[in-house]
Amino acid sequence: MEKLTLNVNGAAHEVECDPATPLLFVLRNTLGLTGAKLGCGLEQCGACTVLIDDEATQCCNRPVGEVADKRIVTVEALANDSMGAAVQQAFIDEGAAQCGYCTTGLVVRATAFLKRNENPGDGDIVAALEDHLCRCGSHGRVLKAIRRAAGGPAHV
Amino acid sequence: MSSPSLKAAPGLDEWISVTGDGRIEVRTGKVDIGQRISTAQAILTAEELDVALDKVDIVRTVTGEAPDEGITSGSNSVMDSGLAVRLAAATARRHMLALAAEQLGVEADTLEVEDGLIQSRATNRSVTYGELQGGRPFGIDIDPAAPVKAPADHKLVGKRTVPRDLPAIVTGTYRFLHDMTMPGMLHARVVRPPHYNARLRGLGDDVVGRMTENGIEVVRDGSFLAVAGPDEYQVIRAAERLANAADWDMGDGLAQPDIYEALTSNPRESRPVENDGVPQDKPVPPLADPPASAVTTLEARYDKPYTMHGTIGPSAGFALYEDDALQVWSHSQGIYFLRSAMAEAFGMEADAIRIEHVPGAGCYGHNGADDAAFDAALIARSLPGKPVLLKWTREEEHAWEPYGTAQSMLMQASLDADGNVVAWSHESYGDTYSMRPRSGPNKAGEARLLSSRFRADPPPVFVAPPAMARHIGIHRNLDPLYAFPDRRLVKNLVRGLPLRTSALRTLGAYANVFAIECFMDELAEAAEADPVTFRLDHLEDERAKDVIRAVAERMDFTADDGLGRGIAFAKYKNLKAYAAVGVELEVTDAAEIVLRRAVLAADAGEVVDPDGVAAQYDGGFLQAASWTLYEQVTWDRDGITSRDWETYPILGFDNVPEMETVLLDRPGEPFLGAGEAVSGPTAGAIGNAIYNAIGIRLRRAPFTPDAIRTAAMDA
Repeated sequence: MEKLTLNVNGAAHEVECDPATPLLFVLRNTLGLTGAKLGCGLEQCGACTVLIDDEATQCCNRPVGEVADKRIVTVEALANDSMGAAVQQAFIDEGAAQCGYCTTGLVVRATAFLKRNENPGDGDIVAALEDHLCRCGSHGRVLKAIRRAAGGPAHV
Repeated sequence: MSSPSLKAAPGLDEWISVTGDGRIEVRTGKVDIGQRISTAQAILTAEELDVALDKVDIVRTVTGEAPDEGITSGSNSVMDSGLAVRLAAATARRHMLALAAEQLGVEADTLEVEDGLIQSRATNRSVTYGELQGGRPFGIDIDPAAPVKAPADHKLVGKRTVPRDLPAIVTGTYRFLHDMTMPGMLHARVVRPPHYNARLRGLGDDVVGRMTENGIEVVRDGSFLAVAGPDEYQVIRAAERLANAADWDMGDGLAQPDIYEALTSNPRESRPVENDGVPQDKPVPPLADPPASAVTTLEARYDKPYTMHGTIGPSAGFALYEDDALQVWSHSQGIYFLRSAMAEAFGMEADAIRIEHVPGAGCYGHNGADDAAFDAALIARSLPGKPVLLKWTREEEHAWEPYGTAQSMLMQASLDADGNVVAWSHESYGDTYSMRPRSGPNKAGEARLLSSRFRADPPPVFVAPPAMARHIGIHRNLDPLYAFPDRRLVKNLVRGLPLRTSALRTLGAYANVFAIECFMDELAEAAEADPVTFRLDHLEDERAKDVIRAVAERMDFTADDGLGRGIAFAKYKNLKAYAAVGVELEVTDAAEIVLRRAVLAADAGEVVDPDGVAAQYDGGFLQAASWTLYEQVTWDRDGITSRDWETYPILGFDNVPEMETVLLDRPGEPFLGAGEAVSGPTAGAIGNAIYNAIGIRLRRAPFTPDAIRTAAMDA
């Protein structure tokens, strides 16, 4: 057990845990931020994606001890971010979720991606989502939502 | 027009209540599994009662409180439950208007309702639903003949609306079962055997002792092994250590027959299927010689492998056992049946068990949900007073969920000189699709819960009888909608197959429609007819023709540009939505299929929530495309080898076609269940498009590059 200070969503949080604990479990079980989901624990599906120093990162296997000095942002804070809010609204406008389990990871990924890519091509968007899986088949709507949030034509 | 859901729950109070502040609470037995049923229920309620959509609350489904509507499956949610709610709301409206008329001293038919405010223009007096009925029971039954609004008066039905839970989903505040907490709760994991036939021989005593010292509870019942503790990560590590310390008797291992050989040569129970999809208890008629008018007879065999539900969120269960009562929170599709099975397993009265539905990730049929609920309950019963959140691992979900069976379809058909089908035979072979837990003789409920077979005192093995209802199981959509004069249809429930199976989205319809629709293209070619005309010529149902024409108008099947185009059609169960799918694809030099474009045309009767229906079609198409192009469960003697997303790949974001979804709305017509209509046509259209592109007929899914190269070499 170690005492760590985590910077999550702009606030400092003191936690006491095994530093090998994946960040995902600390976010969900200690801090009550359940927006990031446990999908595989293998970094294969993207459901656990959060921002670590502005990088979209799967955190189901990332030891919390490695991220104590980094800025962590979860989906819960994205509504306060103009791009995050735009992405969330675009997902709503396109009806880009069914069960919603993979959605938060996609929202986080898309927000980070669009902040760095103002006018992305379709291929760029697809490449950005290579770590993500969806089983309900919302893929087409997700791609449209990201185009919409980018200000491009949503209905191509 | 009535709904089967009203037979079990005829009372209006079972479905709808009004609160003092005029909110409308709706209880249903159909649960939200990503198909947006709660959005449709809210629309139907708000429409009939003339209240704002956001004044309707869809209450969580709980045993003993919600109507028992069986399983949320089979594209029945709007057809059954939606209709029940529409009639309930219409009955409630009429009842409250009569009360208002009395109170206001006017005739009921002079009253107008606006957002729950009942007004009399003549007297300028008004009263609200909340004032009239708030907190009071209706005390009447739902009237199946209650007048419902005419389609022309609809303000909400058929209009686009924001899905109820979507804002919460995108902001991360939507609560899945996996997100539940309770003071003092423990996290839990099961330590599974290597495979179905392994049993626990021994476990080092010292490992259990060390874990107990470290605050980890070890639960053992025969070969069922689990750990629980307050810290999820420490529980995961304990489960790994316990797995390493466990000594398993591997028995005979998993059998590894050539599965397609086994499907058609193993012992089986065969039934002829007649009368639009109903199996008959009589001998199977032999395959007759082609009729005298036949000039061409074709035969073909189509196959699909075992496929998995593959939920993105592994199954979970939450349970608390105290004071001889068991509370369970589950994402099961059938909480009443699950309760009956648990009561059987634990020797408890059903009333002593309360199960509440809490959403999980999309399930697409009978996945690990019920099993995980049972696992949580098994653990909780060993740890009275402790709330337990049990989660399956990714590997566990992949290796232990009940798969959709491998299935083989043997086709034979004859054409006359005019290109008409004059004889048709279709035999389907597969394992059962019906292993959902539900109490029955010989502990049939307990026996169908996975972990029961590993307990110290297991129930007798449950052997599923052939499903005999219309369009159930292997014979779902076995009977084609085409107007063939002579048809020989046979379902074969095959015994002795190696893997655990149950209901996967569409049951046998995916495989049967895949075979029928590819074989139709083979016949069309033999008849020198184009696939669209050939289908239209063999259909009598105009609504069926309309969906096919809708695709044909939007996709040029004669284009000669190196791309492949294919079409396929089905009416789900021959009684639900009509769907035609057109696919445009490219077969690359690396023998990979690139989906370029898809047109989905569907007629689901009257549409309540158009974007919700469209989402079901879009999703049904992409999921079925994934099955068709990528998926098959693999195993060896030591267990399932499809254990994660690398060993069981599915469709990613890199093969998503441009999609156009066309809904042929039929206001005033009955609802036709939508959720599963495009899956079979998707497989058919892809198979036909590949043939159109490269002249190779693939008859065994999945259509991987290896399968295409092998077929090219054999061609």
